[in-house]
Amino acid sequence: MSKLDAKIPEGPLAEKWTNHKNHMKLVAPNNRPKIDVIVVGTGLAGASAAASLGEMGYNVKAFCFQDSPRRAHSIAAQGGINAAKNYQNDGDSIYRLFYDTIKGGDYRAREANVYRLAEVSGNIIDQCVAQGVPFAREYGGLLDNRSFGGTQVQRTFYAAGQTGQQLLLGAYSALSRQIGLGRVKMFHRHEMMDLVLIDGKARGIIARNLITGEIERHSAHAVVLASGGYGNVYFLSTNAMGSNVSAAWKVHKKGAYFANPCFVQIHPTCIPVHGTNQSKLTLMSESLRNSGRIWVPKKKEDAEAIREGRLKPTQISEEDRDYFLERRYPAFGNLVPRDVASRAAKERCDAGYGIEANDTNEGVYLDFATEIKNKGRQAAFAQGDSNPSEEKVLALGKKWIEEKYGNLFQMYEKITDENPYETPMKIYPAVHYTMGGVWVDYNLQSTIPGCFVTGEANFSDHGANRLGASALMQGLADGYFVLPYTLSNYLADDIRTGKISTDDPAFETAAQEVEARIQALLDTKGSKSVDYFHKKLGLIMWNNVGMARNEAGLKEAIDAIGALREEFYKDVFIPGTAQELNPELEKAMRVADFLELGQLMAVDALKRNESCGGHFREEYQDEEGETLRNDEKFKVVAAWEYQGGDAQKATLHQEPLNYEFIKIAARNYK
Amino acid sequence: MATKFINITLKIWRQRNNKEKGSIQTYTLNKVSTDSSFLEMLDQLNEQLIQEQKDPVAFDHDCREGICGMCSLYINGRAHGPDTGTTTCQLHMRKFNDGDTIYIEPWRSKAFPIVKDLVVDRSAFDRIQQAGGFVSVNTSGRTMDANAIPIPKSDADKAFEAAACIGCGACVASCKNGSAMLFVGAKVSQYALLPQGKVEASARVMNMVRQMDEEGFGNCTNTGACEVECPKGISIENIARMNRELIKAAVTSDK
Repeated sequence: MSKLDAKIPEGPLAEKWTNHKNHMKLVAPNNRPKIDVIVVGTGLAGASAAASLGEMGYNVKAFCFQDSPRRAHSIAAQGGINAAKNYQNDGDSIYRLFYDTIKGGDYRAREANVYRLAEVSGNIIDQCVAQGVPFAREYGGLLDNRSFGGTQVQRTFYAAGQTGQQLLLGAYSALSRQIGLGRVKMFHRHEMMDLVLIDGKARGIIARNLITGEIERHSAHAVVLASGGYGNVYFLSTNAMGSNVSAAWKVHKKGAYFANPCFVQIHPTCIPVHGTNQSKLTLMSESLRNSGRIWVPKKKEDAEAIREGRLKPTQISEEDRDYFLERRYPAFGNLVPRDVASRAAKERCDAGYGIEANDTNEGVYLDFATEIKNKGRQAAFAQGDSNPSEEKVLALGKKWIEEKYGNLFQMYEKITDENPYETPMKIYPAVHYTMGGVWVDYNLQSTIPGCFVTGEANFSDHGANRLGASALMQGLADGYFVLPYTLSNYLADDIRTGKISTDDPAFETAAQEVEARIQALLDTKGSKSVDYFHKKLGLIMWNNVGMARNEAGLKEAIDAIGALREEFYKDVFIPGTAQELNPELEKAMRVADFLELGQLMAVDALKRNESCGGHFREEYQDEEGETLRNDEKFKVVAAWEYQGGDAQKATLHQEPLNYEFIKIAARNYK
Repeated sequence: MATKFINITLKIWRQRNNKEKGSIQTYTLNKVSTDSSFLEMLDQLNEQLIQEQKDPVAFDHDCREGICGMCSLYINGRAHGPDTGTTTCQLHMRKFNDGDTIYIEPWRSKAFPIVKDLVVDRSAFDRIQQAGGFVSVNTSGRTMDANAIPIPKSDADKAFEAAACIGCGACVASCKNGSAMLFVGAKVSQYALLPQGKVEASARVMNMVRQMDEEGFGNCTNTGACEVECPKGISIENIARMNRELIKAAVTSDK
């Protein structure tokens, strides 16, 4: 049997998960305390998994590199979480959420996984409300919804522009409850350094205490990775500074396949780059596209005048504006999926219509003036004023905007020093999310037995492009409602195993390797900082493995990254020692892994001779610049097996994707 | 907005670890873009220190968009610096002038021991949360339908405003008593305002306040510095609500 057995249960789509659950093995409550589980990462996927497993009675050890589990980067998700509740009575259903997600992912995700995700989506909202998550409500006291890209229904639940924060604090509260009860032991400021395999099974991890530098051994009967995505390979992204691929990469190096690494989501609405010392990019939630209209000037001379500061956007008349998403995609308008919106912005800027006065002129407007007027008029009418003054309309409209998006508008103003209530926001696409990740089967198990991977760290549900408000849904679905079942099924065979000893030679070897790796980095004593290499890698990735890719550029990137990696090991300088809090050492170890992953992303992008979702190969597009898939050859998951640091040597395995329940078609948002 | 470059002098608290004594050290940093965030300015300083093969300044940070609560810093005697309603990562150098001297210290509170330089240990907050900051509901997903209990919008909005706390600790650092009551009050209020949290409201407030006291945080004397410095604008009404909940629990609880 191939290692890439997806283990999709038999039967009709809608019954697969229920049937599968009914036939899985269980671990009786009296046996659960005999079993140890490690969870790495405490974002939505990790915190929900650790809380659920602790609650069931397993001995859980949870790890995060931050100073508290509440800080994981799920907290920064803004816009919302999807669920097929159909509270708005606009024709939503589990099937429709499933269909939108598969289509949004450009037919590169597994049907069975995505259906299960849609199926449990409603439970997530029930669960979160029961935990006290303060979702936005209507005046009648019921939950409010809004729209997100790639859909024609309102199924997104939200808490202002801080939905990720509220959901994560909900999961964190469930986790805290288990920590307080002694069922989960929390290791904060700890970073996973390696996975330990005994007889081919995942049996523990080596972790570094980031305060003391101590190398610790932790054993378990299974290891769950919920360590997030790898967007920081681009240096500039919307990810948190500490977000990294290292836990996933260590697992990959130990034999787990890494799937679809080239599938990266470049989010259309972020604040444009301002200068060379910039450390990160800030997202402006997709929910803003509910109310904002995206445009650039119709005339090149206007764009130029704006860049030179001679003209203000508010001085450009309606007929001189090009609302390019509404023009190209009338059916979905400003709410096309992210990959489509990003490419359209790039097209306009490449053609010379960009409005930002930075090195690349890259920026477009996101304008709220129309919505402010509309909502202001509605609010005035509701107050009984059918002929309100313009000032009143504007004041009421701004109040409405503030209620929906206040924190985002404030954030924008802090960063740019411009008031988005008065002048349109300037935005441009930025790296945001990675659909690729560790390959997992239907049970979320990697190709290493006992090593499960959840949330953004796995590849499973979003195909080649994730729809907005689906990441939060997947993280919580995996952690609360999928993993507790599938992991128990695996652990049922371990009730007689007994405690795994950390004196096992496998722990000894792994710990020694980690210590040697750290020492080698410290001993390099070169001349350049870690950031120097990270920024260089980021530029290669953005220019050659970014929004548009081609054969020559990808080949160039593969060579350039190889050379950069060599230079890194010869010339990096890391101050301080291994026996203390040493942020530069932490960064160095993460960048070392990015220098391998980045190359694999280019190799994967080169191999995938088609355009699909976020992966746009310039060679494969139609007359209108839309993606051209090659379903005959590439309706597959590309899963790579590690063969040493040089990604060109990695072995490709392919999992065919079978669409039994959906008719595969060209994506059309027109 | 025109980008400018400024030259500044930094006075930074350096301390190797929690055993050795620390001191203020002086650094000169030139050509700082006014578009840089405060933390990007510190990145620039660290790059300079690394080039000189010196130990860079350790500081906590992660999301750099004002929501994770990891960044801290006492800047010129104010938590998260001179701007209001903002975290240090969202503070921009355009708030400073060419030639300025800027003092940077860690959070100052007994309950937040220093780890290194500007990094402090805020795990006391986690322990308070573990003592009662939750609704005791299992994660089966088999609760009732989310719309089964309508919640008045004003209650939901107030609960959300309290829940917007990012747990950064600015309230504690700003308080002359080192009190954590704004943090605890916000969490108690979120649940006190919602029907889901009512059942165990008494136990929650008593347990959280007990843990808060055990951690060595001080008491509230209604100065209100916490509310002024809170980057998320959490109101001290939440402290009043916590006190009401506590009194109610003290007279009605059988514990």
